[in-house]
Amino acid sequence: MIVFDQVQKSYQVGGRAIPALHPTDLTIETGEVFGIVGHSGAGKSTLVRLINLLERPTGGRILIDGETINDYGSADLRAFRRKVGMIFQHFNLLSSKTVAENIAFPMKLAGIYSKSEITERVQELLARVSLSDHANKYPSQLSGGQKQRVGIARALACRPTILLCDEATSALDPQTTQSVLKLLADINRELGLTIVLITHEMDVVRRVCDRVAVMDAGRVVEMGPVSDVFLHPQHPTTRDFVFESESIDRDELQEDLSKAEGRILRLTFKGDATYKPLLGRVAREAGVDFSILSGRIDHIKDRPYGQLTLSLVGGDLDVAMSAFEAADVHVEVLR
Amino acid sequence: MELLTELLSNVDWPEIGWASWDTLVMVGMSLLFSVVIGLPIGVLLFLTGKRQLLEQPVAYAVLSFVVNVLRSVPFIILLIVMIPFTVMLIGTSLGVAGAIPPLVAGGAPFFARLVETSLREVDRGIIEATQAMGASVKQIVFGALLPEALPGIIAGITVTAITLVSYAAMSGVIGGGGLGDLAIRFGYQRFQTDVMVITVALLVIFVQVLQMVGDRLVLYFSRK
Repeated sequence: MIVFDQVQKSYQVGGRAIPALHPTDLTIETGEVFGIVGHSGAGKSTLVRLINLLERPTGGRILIDGETINDYGSADLRAFRRKVGMIFQHFNLLSSKTVAENIAFPMKLAGIYSKSEITERVQELLARVSLSDHANKYPSQLSGGQKQRVGIARALACRPTILLCDEATSALDPQTTQSVLKLLADINRELGLTIVLITHEMDVVRRVCDRVAVMDAGRVVEMGPVSDVFLHPQHPTTRDFVFESESIDRDELQEDLSKAEGRILRLTFKGDATYKPLLGRVAREAGVDFSILSGRIDHIKDRPYGQLTLSLVGGDLDVAMSAFEAADVHVEVLR
Repeated sequence: MELLTELLSNVDWPEIGWASWDTLVMVGMSLLFSVVIGLPIGVLLFLTGKRQLLEQPVAYAVLSFVVNVLRSVPFIILLIVMIPFTVMLIGTSLGVAGAIPPLVAGGAPFFARLVETSLREVDRGIIEATQAMGASVKQIVFGALLPEALPGIIAGITVTAITLVSYAAMSGVIGGGGLGDLAIRFGYQRFQTDVMVITVALLVIFVQVLQMVGDRLVLYFSRK
């Protein structure tokens, strides 16, 4: 478990303290995939670097599994960092070392593994990230997705309990992003590793995260389970991210809604409700006519969800609303 | 053929051979010491620099100042200024041995700056990643920084070697030996143009070979 207790960070620039992270409380449970989303400069990079003390906090306490890590001396800190893997946007592999040597590197640095242990572990990790055939290649000979796989294997070498992902998919194309995210999800499930992932793409959060914190200007402005934050965003920044990820143009949406007749509702289905043939039944029961203004069915992590914007004309709206609610559908009246 | 012998009548070939060997020894030895002394200084310059692992403004300023002083003195002056020190160090300021201390005094700071520059070119992300693995500063330097900067450092050694060839030739002025000495004593002072031409040609070949070998090595060690 990672706990931030009023943790803050500011930088001294020309004698003035510029805050990068305002005092923040945060709890990340063991074994969960926690997403931190925000625009560049929102402080998410600082936040994730506080967890392995690449950045030193200027206030507050950071507890990992109950132990305060702020005041670790250099030896303790080095031992602690071995238990926290990290992957990066630009992979940060050593260009002078082969794939196998890159993966072995953290184990060699630790100085507590025998040669045979290292060789064995490297083989095992190469197989896990499907790169066994590329062991003796240099990073420059690999594609972006392959490089990130090496990065992941390297991060796992010393069997960490936490994996930090710093914009790990931002430099990858959509297809490669998908396969890297799948790999991260597998690792999380199979190894029970806690993953902290920062990104500026809500889509990444939607696919792999359990919970998410949205950051803006050095503050966490919204936090909660991904389905809550994603389907019912409260803060304007969060809304921006959600709209962006669904490629919704807000002005266009407003225009579409203004042309529609009657009442406008947004229905959110989660889990099994997504597949139920509900709309027709409710329309019949309540005697309403409906038209679909926009809609989307997708997954949050492995759970399906649907979101429909409807305009309803005639009939009994209250009957329709209670019928939706009875079927576990969240209803929001937009107009 | 006869014409050629005529043209090069003043050239004493065994003498040229010895002088070439002397130049080789001077450059080789001074290069060795320049690298051995310059490399750690370059690493320290890098580490103590702004926003680096061991940021130390005072240490950096002092080190940087000393390096700058040695680099700003024209080599011909450095040769003369160093004479008492050289005598103290190895007993003579003449010949091949006498030329080596001033050559190192000129070469080491030069090389140190080149090392600093090539270390700065290593991606900061690699340092950060290595730090995140729990590496100590020493491990970062030897495990990541130096291997990553190796092609740049080899290029630096090449440039330093070539600079030392020209410095070594200059040391002929204060009786340093080698091809430069030959060029000055015969080519310049006795107007033996043929000797001058041959020594210059040999120096050109020497520099070309150094550059070629250096480039090959850089290519071999570049994995980018």
